[in-house]
Amino acid sequence: MNWALDGTERTARAYWILVLVPLAALALFYLYPLAKVLWISVTVPRPGLGNFALLFTSSGIQRILATTARVCLITTIISLAVGYLVAYTALHVRKTHEAWILFFVLLCFWLSVLIRAFAWLTLLQSRGVVNTALMGWGWISEPLPLVRNEFGVVLGMVHYMIPYAVLPLYANMKGIDPRLVPAARGLGATPWGAFWRVYLPLSLPGIISASILVFIFSLGFYITPALLGGGKTIMIAEYIALQITDTLNWGVGTMLASTLLITVFLILAVMARIVDLRRVFGIR
Amino acid sequence: MSLYERTSAGIRPTVFGTWLALLFLVLPVTMVVPVSFTPQRYLSLPSGVWSLRHYDALITDPIWLRSIRDSLIVGLSSTALAVALGTATAIGCWRVSTRASEAIRMLMLAPMIVPAIVHALGFYQAWVQFGLIDTHLGLIAAHTMKGMPYVVITVSAALANVDLRLEQAARNLGANLWQTLRMVIVPAAMPGVAAGAVFAFVTSWDELVVNLFVTSRNVYTLPRKIWDGIQDNINPAVAAVATILILLTLAAMLVRFVQAKRQESAG
Repeated sequence: MNWALDGTERTARAYWILVLVPLAALALFYLYPLAKVLWISVTVPRPGLGNFALLFTSSGIQRILATTARVCLITTIISLAVGYLVAYTALHVRKTHEAWILFFVLLCFWLSVLIRAFAWLTLLQSRGVVNTALMGWGWISEPLPLVRNEFGVVLGMVHYMIPYAVLPLYANMKGIDPRLVPAARGLGATPWGAFWRVYLPLSLPGIISASILVFIFSLGFYITPALLGGGKTIMIAEYIALQITDTLNWGVGTMLASTLLITVFLILAVMARIVDLRRVFGIR
Repeated sequence: MSLYERTSAGIRPTVFGTWLALLFLVLPVTMVVPVSFTPQRYLSLPSGVWSLRHYDALITDPIWLRSIRDSLIVGLSSTALAVALGTATAIGCWRVSTRASEAIRMLMLAPMIVPAIVHALGFYQAWVQFGLIDTHLGLIAAHTMKGMPYVVITVSAALANVDLRLEQAARNLGANLWQTLRMVIVPAAMPGVAAGAVFAFVTSWDELVVNLFVTSRNVYTLPRKIWDGIQDNINPAVAAVATILILLTLAAMLVRFVQAKRQESAG
């Protein structure tokens, strides 16, 4: 280390410029806008924490927060379970088979979120593909309410989040020594016992990383809940947008945005004690 | 399916579950393809008659074409800027490697972590002040911020295996700083730069929430047009656009897949 750094001070300073120029851009065009959001939340309509008091007094806001927490939790649990299954399978089949599994996961990962929500809407709305087919076959007489409710939102969000669960889990499981489970079996463990007591604990870091990613991304999700919730199931991001565009209520809008921001960073701060966040976000 | 044949017996139920999950991921999306050929004015599966009218609408409607143009302008410009800034950060942090630079690198990831709605409000407020509302420049600046973290990550990953002494060696052999960067470090970082550029472009190309807040009439990107198309009674032209975008994604993935296979068999 010392050896590498004993180049002239001037060189080090030159490399610092490479860091500081982008940092200045970030400060002006990103951190400053964020600071404005925080600032407005405590100054509009009047200085003080009046907006934040609404978190404790407004039942409307509490209902939105409860819906958001519930949807995110359900989404995270389902996405993690499905993601675990997919990642585990991918690592326990032949190479070509694995490549195909990853191909479909990545295909979905790269598809536009808007298009995916739109596809669900096409399928699930009352005159959509599913309802038309079911009525055509005479199985139902009234269209089923598949969308514009919490069911539709969770379905769309799980669909979006599964790739985000698979990828960190896969990366983590790839690092697990494949000889350990056979070793446990050789020492007399049942297949389930070997999985439960050897494989699962080893994959815990992956589970934690994937849960953080999925939960945090779900919390601030706008497009899918807005389209599939259809104004009936409203999550916090859509509610914030409504505050600004419909009622021009910047105080409440920025207060909720700040709450969201603080929540996300609190979760990350807690998680940083358990896992290396740099690893979660892939810079290590 | 022949894919299953040689997998061991214990894994079979999980293989079945996995393909069910993959079916769940892919099948709903493919449904937009037949819908895009409906002869009706509303979203429906074509029964008997297939029509190209919604594709025709795409080509003849100047607003769709303009939205693609705007998305390309903003996407390409913000990608170029994000690549420049993100690569500089990653290279600088790689060489400096102190606690402070590590903290800065974490900070650079913020636009990727902060929920879009939060920075959308911030961009709106700041852009009003800077006079950037509803300008290409304003949207490019916002998308540059959103693309930068991906470049920082991919270039850092590419440099993680590059020995710091390489830089030292180049300097000792008489290369100046600029030459060292251009001829030694940047080439080593290139795979990361390319991957980061793809991420940054796709991020910009897909961005909607920020666009809803900082643009209105003057800058009108493709996701915005799709969004408006879904809002007003779901125009089936959206299904046609969706089909084209799905095919483009699929084509890009296949090219990448074949490339990876070829590299694998070559190496």
